[in-house]
Amino acid sequence: MYKIVRKKSLNPTVTLMDIEAPLVAKKAKAGQFIILRVDEDGERIPLTVAGCDPEKGTVTIIFQIVGATTEKLNHKEEGDSLQDFVGPLGMPTKVEGLKKVCVIGGGVGCAIALPVARELHKLGAEVTTIAGFRNKDLVILEDEFKACSSRFIMMTDDGSYGEKGNVTAPLKEMLEKGERFDEVIAIGPLIMMKFVCLTTKEYDQKTVVSMNPIMIDGTGMCGGCRLTVGGETKFACVDGPDFDGHLVDFDEAMSRGRSYQPFERHAYEEACNLFKKEVR
Amino acid sequence: MPNMRATKNPMPSQDPNVRNKNFNEVTLGYTAEMAVDEAQRCLHCKNKPCVSGCPVNIQIPEFIAKVAEGDFEGAYQVISLSSSLPAVCGRVCPQENQCEGKCVRGIKGEPVGIGRLERFVADYHNEHNALPPKAPEKNGHKVAVIGSGPAGLTCAGDLAKMGYDVTVYEALHLAGGVLVYGIPEFRLPKAIVQKEVDNLKALGVKVETDMVIGRILTIEELKEEYGYESIFIGTGAGLPRFMNIPGENLKGVYSANEFLTRSNLMKAYREDSATPIQHAKRVAVVGGGNVAMDAARTAKRLGAEEVYIVYRRGMEELPARKEEVEHAQEEGIIFKTLCNPVAILPTDVTDTRDPAYGWVKGIRCVEMELGEPDESGRRRPIVKEGSEFELDMDCVIMALGTSPNPLIKSTTPGLETKRRGEIVADENGLTSIEGVYAGGDAVTGAATVILAMGAGKTAAAAMDAYIKGKNA
Repeated sequence: MYKIVRKKSLNPTVTLMDIEAPLVAKKAKAGQFIILRVDEDGERIPLTVAGCDPEKGTVTIIFQIVGATTEKLNHKEEGDSLQDFVGPLGMPTKVEGLKKVCVIGGGVGCAIALPVARELHKLGAEVTTIAGFRNKDLVILEDEFKACSSRFIMMTDDGSYGEKGNVTAPLKEMLEKGERFDEVIAIGPLIMMKFVCLTTKEYDQKTVVSMNPIMIDGTGMCGGCRLTVGGETKFACVDGPDFDGHLVDFDEAMSRGRSYQPFERHAYEEACNLFKKEVR
Repeated sequence: MPNMRATKNPMPSQDPNVRNKNFNEVTLGYTAEMAVDEAQRCLHCKNKPCVSGCPVNIQIPEFIAKVAEGDFEGAYQVISLSSSLPAVCGRVCPQENQCEGKCVRGIKGEPVGIGRLERFVADYHNEHNALPPKAPEKNGHKVAVIGSGPAGLTCAGDLAKMGYDVTVYEALHLAGGVLVYGIPEFRLPKAIVQKEVDNLKALGVKVETDMVIGRILTIEELKEEYGYESIFIGTGAGLPRFMNIPGENLKGVYSANEFLTRSNLMKAYREDSATPIQHAKRVAVVGGGNVAMDAARTAKRLGAEEVYIVYRRGMEELPARKEEVEHAQEEGIIFKTLCNPVAILPTDVTDTRDPAYGWVKGIRCVEMELGEPDESGRRRPIVKEGSEFELDMDCVIMALGTSPNPLIKSTTPGLETKRRGEIVADENGLTSIEGVYAGGDAVTGAATVILAMGAGKTAAAAMDAYIKGKNA
């Protein structure tokens, strides 16, 4: 069992937890992920590591409540334990040798983008961060990003905070002015990553994306997480989760991501009903 | 006088049209009377051809003699001298190619039902003498076993009985390897596997789940920092193969590993499971091995109306056990042999937001004919020109075999492997690294439970000799 030592709500639908998992904390690097099960008979869900403290032996996860399992997870409190917590899985984000990078985070993807930005900052790279959210209420990790970015741009869809618009707007502006990065690293919803890649492709700007498909074991065994990258099938769990964004077939990834949508919606509704009953 | 009836006692089974709608075990096992009767068919040959057919050399005539006397517990004791998982092997071993394949009674009629007797004896023991084994005195030496499938469990059990302090590392949340994620409940009830794992724990073996060796700890760290004097790698062959044909990444296309893992390990066959699985109407399973049969029969039980086995060679060449093929046929699985898919076809929906977009609609196949035998000794399938045809399907399951997982190889400098990632090991299981042994599918590529057990056993003996030699 893996104890929850800290729980903090970042916004109404996004929660941070520090989980006691000393061996994972010692090994996990930015870009890698873990798989957890909330309870016995629970499903296995992958979450990218949002940070770790090898000294305290804790791993930080940040998750958005999007379905039954994350709903259940959010009902666990400090001192409770998770049934399973496996990792670190996948390949770490390649940060060596990068001098100038644009890190783009969208929504809860910012939680995964942050450790990458931090690592790059620590290695002395010049980090430009573009963070995008739907509205002001959903903004997370702003101060943390500012602390490791030489330039920070906040975007909201409705303009309630920062600039109004998508993350691609300031990106396009920079690229149009002739600015170039060793890499653009984009982490967020598939649709955001797709449009970041369409934008950077025009300027031949190298772009890396972090994929988060459906998976079960996370060790290369099931192949459920397969993606088409440059015409070849890749397993996100062992070959990724980072890939050259210009080669990823995003339409296929989005389609595959919806494989179990009716089941997931039903399970989520059931979980909500259950918790409403309990809460009352 | 032996019982000279030419046929085996038939195995009591659930009716095919009942069992293809539930996940309970298909075969029900012999009664004591049937077992005694079957045991009396054994001729007790002096040269014991059956034993030479058993990868772990169970003293078959001896245990059968005990059964014939009605001493079922005595029979169990004979088996357990050689095998640590008789309840498993009695169910999943390909006996027709092993012990029973060599049985003299098989020359004129059917061989003795050795597998069915083994299962009866193991089940009898579990029911009547279920005291957990006692942990032996520790000898003060630490060993690690990576992977808790048949090879790892056997190796760990043997080493624990010798007094070693054994830790088993398992990547998944449950121990058992392919016995829990691959082989379905209706063929091998998971309670049986759990019992074997519990017995190991009673012997003092520590089982650490959620540990992906290669990532959380490397082999080098296990040796240098954790002080394991010897390590056994039994990580199996978990990497699924695909055909690399168009449409393989459509929704509704699974590897057999994924389909079976969802159903078996994650219990997606249950109504209340948190893990989803597709309940398809028309399913094509590509491949002809035991895994293909398991996937097809699982799909049928999940409610499919028509389930096809699509296999490029003929019925004669199916690599699956005969019993599994027969069970599948009885349950209504349709065999489309001499047939090979060339493309998986999508629905004609083009709007990416439409829920029907990106799903399988069918498969395009070609007919095959058999030519000259290839390097495997089986006749090579050749495409019949102009034989393309299409079948409507809403689910396609690829059961084309698996390769060893590359994770250990890629994180263990100096560990030699072969073309498909099989770990190079000598006849004792020794790898290219001192003190590190390997066995089972990780070495051979996908094979059988019993061969993996045999390899685990051999390696345990070699690891014992290695540690004793080093400390002498």
